[in-house]
Amino acid sequence: MTDPTTEPTDPVISTPRTRWQRVRDSDIFWSYSHSPVTIIASIVALGLILAAAFAPWLAPHTPFQPATVNLMDGFTPPGGESLSGETYLLGTDDQGRDMLSTLMYGARVSLFVGFSATLFAMALGVSLGLAAGYRGGFLDSLIMRIADVQLSFPAILIALLIFGVAQGLIPAARQEQTAVWVLILAIGLSNWAQFARTVRGTTMVERQKDYVSAARLLGRHPVALAIRHVLPNVLGPVLVIATISLALAIIEEATLSFLGVGVPPTQPSLGTLIRIGQRFLFSGEWWILAFPAITLILLALSVNLLGDWLRDALNPRLRK
Amino acid sequence: MNAPVLSVRDLVVDFPLRRGNFRALDGVSFDIARGEVLGVVGESGAGKSMTGSAVIGLLEPPGQITSGEVHLSGARIDTLPEEQMQHLRGKRIGMVMQDPLTSLNPLFTIGDQLVETIRQHMPLTESQALERAISLLEEAGIPDARQRINAYPHQFSGGMRQRVVIALAIAADPELVIADEPTSALDVSVQAQIIRVLKELCQRRGTAIMLITHDMGVIAQIADRIMVMNAGKVVETGPVAEIIRHPREPYTKKLIGSIPTIARSGDAPPPAPEDSAPAFVDVRGLTKDFDVGSRVISRLLRRPGNVFRAVNDVSFRIRKGETYGLVGESGSGKSTCARMIAGLIEPTAGRVVVNGMDVWSVSAAQRARSRAVQMIFQDPYASLNPRWRVGNIIAEPIRVLGLARGSEVEDRVADLLRKVRLDPVVMRKFPHEFSGGQRQRIAIARALSSQPEFIVCDEPTSALDVSVQAQVLDLMSELQSEFGLTYLLISHNLAVIRQMANDVGVLHRGVLVESGPVDAIFDHPQADYTKMLLDAVPDLAEVA
Amino acid sequence: MFAFVLKRLFQSVIVMLVVALIAFLIFRYVGDPIVSMAGVDTRLEDQELMRERLGLNDPFYVQFWNFLTNALRGDFGISYRLQQPVTRLILDRLPATLELAFVSATMAVVIGVLMGIFTALRSRSFLSGVVMTLSLVGVSLPTFLIGIGLIYIFAVELQWLPSNGRGATVDFGWWRTGFLTESGLRSLILPAITLSLFQMTLIMRLVRAEMMEVMRSDYIRFARARGLPDRIINFRHALKNTLVPVITITGLQLGSVIAFAIVTETVFQWPGVGSLFINSVQAVDVPVMAAYLMMVGLVFVTINLIVDILYYLVDPRLRVQGRAGGH
Repeated sequence: MTDPTTEPTDPVISTPRTRWQRVRDSDIFWSYSHSPVTIIASIVALGLILAAAFAPWLAPHTPFQPATVNLMDGFTPPGGESLSGETYLLGTDDQGRDMLSTLMYGARVSLFVGFSATLFAMALGVSLGLAAGYRGGFLDSLIMRIADVQLSFPAILIALLIFGVAQGLIPAARQEQTAVWVLILAIGLSNWAQFARTVRGTTMVERQKDYVSAARLLGRHPVALAIRHVLPNVLGPVLVIATISLALAIIEEATLSFLGVGVPPTQPSLGTLIRIGQRFLFSGEWWILAFPAITLILLALSVNLLGDWLRDALNPRLRK
Repeated sequence: MNAPVLSVRDLVVDFPLRRGNFRALDGVSFDIARGEVLGVVGESGAGKSMTGSAVIGLLEPPGQITSGEVHLSGARIDTLPEEQMQHLRGKRIGMVMQDPLTSLNPLFTIGDQLVETIRQHMPLTESQALERAISLLEEAGIPDARQRINAYPHQFSGGMRQRVVIALAIAADPELVIADEPTSALDVSVQAQIIRVLKELCQRRGTAIMLITHDMGVIAQIADRIMVMNAGKVVETGPVAEIIRHPREPYTKKLIGSIPTIARSGDAPPPAPEDSAPAFVDVRGLTKDFDVGSRVISRLLRRPGNVFRAVNDVSFRIRKGETYGLVGESGSGKSTCARMIAGLIEPTAGRVVVNGMDVWSVSAAQRARSRAVQMIFQDPYASLNPRWRVGNIIAEPIRVLGLARGSEVEDRVADLLRKVRLDPVVMRKFPHEFSGGQRQRIAIARALSSQPEFIVCDEPTSALDVSVQAQVLDLMSELQSEFGLTYLLISHNLAVIRQMANDVGVLHRGVLVESGPVDAIFDHPQADYTKMLLDAVPDLAEVA
Repeated sequence: MFAFVLKRLFQSVIVMLVVALIAFLIFRYVGDPIVSMAGVDTRLEDQELMRERLGLNDPFYVQFWNFLTNALRGDFGISYRLQQPVTRLILDRLPATLELAFVSATMAVVIGVLMGIFTALRSRSFLSGVVMTLSLVGVSLPTFLIGIGLIYIFAVELQWLPSNGRGATVDFGWWRTGFLTESGLRSLILPAITLSLFQMTLIMRLVRAEMMEVMRSDYIRFARARGLPDRIINFRHALKNTLVPVITITGLQLGSVIAFAIVTETVFQWPGVGSLFINSVQAVDVPVMAAYLMMVGLVFVTINLIVDILYYLVDPRLRVQGRAGGH
């Protein structure tokens, strides 16, 4: 009876592999390298993020310093030569600002708000979800009821309300400086519930598993159990939600700015640029609207595609 | 003699996967005669379920039949187009699946599901079909079938649902029923009834059965012939008694040899000495109540009757270095008992004293520091943190309890891995890189790493294949004698208990109905429940 | 059934109370009502007098109680910006929003569910691939850009449809409808498409995901093993099981149509409550914000209640308590 029949003899692995070999062999990498759409999306997203992040060094002009902008150059079409003799690749807007530079700075604001709001929502949602799922009981009911109520209201409405309230509370003189932070707060607060709900659900499943019981037998503190044991196992779904919620946050910011309640015009995001460009929709200066719109769509679409791929790649049931 | 009901020739099933082709079935051939029961047995991954799916034409994509032939009563069916296959399924080949809880659509009444199946295959009116449905349910042993035909699946217990599934499988009088692990999800006592119903219904109609199972005992109970499968191939085929008593192939010999038997075997633990030895573990009056229906209002009013007593006044003792087996079916409270004794669930009443220390009178941290109790869990896939490396999993108790520092920790982990017959190199790997049996060894190494004297083993082998189970049980016995460990072994498998335990307790609905030395209880059971349990166990030894 | 509805009704009332509390806090503490109403130039004594008369010096719970009872009577005060009763303002504009939301929601549900079923059942076909990719584009397109794009194509370039406003309406006194005139219907097309597109893609993806999940389940496999034809498996078994979770989320999505109308109404200058709200946020017109919040809250709570009851009717596991018997 001691004869090992079906059990393969140990060890399973002959030679240790390098980290890179392991990455290359992983299912995630395989599904990435076999999805051309995902590869393109990641290149586009990365390109846009880099262009935005390094805008101050890469942009051909500094569009928001009045000294460098020539009002005479307004409405120059893409590639055309302006009155002052300069060529603008993507043309200029009504005030003579270089569209390409404006876009890079605009994407910078959009991405900054998007990333910050998502991080904020994630930090809040993951910690509340973990606490609710691990502790259960009254804390769980309380947090989840709040999340339920909030989830049944669309994020944009909640963000609008928070923004409206903040505007009423902050003195008018300081509103311009605080606008970006209020925006981050508003978008972040309107998106945390999705994280909380997912993390709570996964936590409740994981908490029941026996690896947690085994650690409990060692008398470890509940907080240590939740963070050391449960947290690493809920991060997969969190990553997926974070990606999708980044796309949502970017769209939300653009929508708010488009509605005129977002960032101030002195510091325009893509949404503000679209709001400005919309005025020239009927008069033929299409580029003032089209380029910000295309940039926004590319950004949101590429991030969404990445999120979609990530969800499928991390779903163990679809992996085979 | 006319053509066999089912004739399979050189069946090959391939799964083209991205890492290359996986050949799930490799040249499988067999026949089933009219009215015959063929038991298909093998361990997980042997290809037995795959064979059933291939016959009925329900392979999961990307699986496909690459070559070979399937004949049903002489006519070839594996090449039939899907529409014609549809007419065959249910009408000429019925199927019973493993889990009765998920195989019925929860949103339709059982009557709806029976009638739609019957009318699909037989030219009957609605009311005729309904009558037939009722008589089928009655035949399958569902009391008050006429009243309960409009009930939904969730209103039936697991055993009852499996009866409904059987009624559905034979609804159109098929020539062949494929039963894929029909009893694996059920309790021992229900298992026997379901097997009987399946056999009776088919016998009456002359229906052949292809019974797929990992449980040799079930096969021994009803099959005429056995087909043993391993790694996608047929190992050998033959009459039940012959294969069990005189297996020809080495694989079959090993497989049958590793099945623990309920009969007293030679290498069993020696009979326990008299009660003179002091108890190392003393469980007294252990009781656990659960609030059912956590309605806030009733809880505030402290209404009685909302409390479910899962464990009721359980007492036993274990002497040092011995094994106490706790037997029971699902819902008997055995796992709750295990968790209370280990210190995971607080008892409502009663005491657990291990080596002179009352487990529940100290804090969890103190209990851990005393290193009194450790635990081995049932599911080796859930008991190891998938995000931790094996080395860290085993080292956690050492680090948390401060048993060693620095490089000494790694030495200890390596040592423990060697103790459970694993190469210390595996320290750097993650749990998913191991098989079920290897994971269970890692779990044992973790349990040992805090140097406990008493280990609670909650169904340690029930998720494992038979041959792997034998290895893990052997390992546990060796470690017991090496370290003088005391075990509490929880299991639903009577044979495992008989092989491992010195004393045994039988738990039924939270009450310990019987407790005493293994031989005494297995050979001369006193309680009716114990007798019933022992009778229900299908045993190879009975095949004669 | 009765107990179930009663319990849900009770929960709805609690949610409404919470929403009312938030609305009240906004109403009362964002900005100074006196300054907003009377202007900064009013003398301090007069301000104090107004404060007393409006009950702003009363204890918190008295003020909240007054706010609640006023709200129940449909009184939300006077708009700071427009100097008109808030209730009148909202009721005037509500028909426009409701008609838009109704048409969009119907389109989103009908088309979304149908496409979801199609892409789930023919998940390997080329057309589903195209639909799925387009749907991802649909989710990534902000509503306002869809609106601007549609205006550009159909109003500016092709000049087929009007780019803004509601067209001619027929007034019944309490309801002004755009359904009865040609220009009203023509004006509705672009905003309705704009508003429904996002929800449509969402519902489609949801139905597809749920249905594919159901198709993988044991009972569908068993239904195949019983020899049921695809038609019955797909449209009787799978569809009904898919609908259970879909009802919940679709219900919630329909509610958000009202809120998303804010954006659509702004783009198309649609004279509904959404554009009223956005103008109020910009001007910090607190009474309108508070009243709008209460209104949206009521819509959501009502939809939630209906969804719960539907859910209860579809799923027998909720309906039948207890078991009819054991072994």
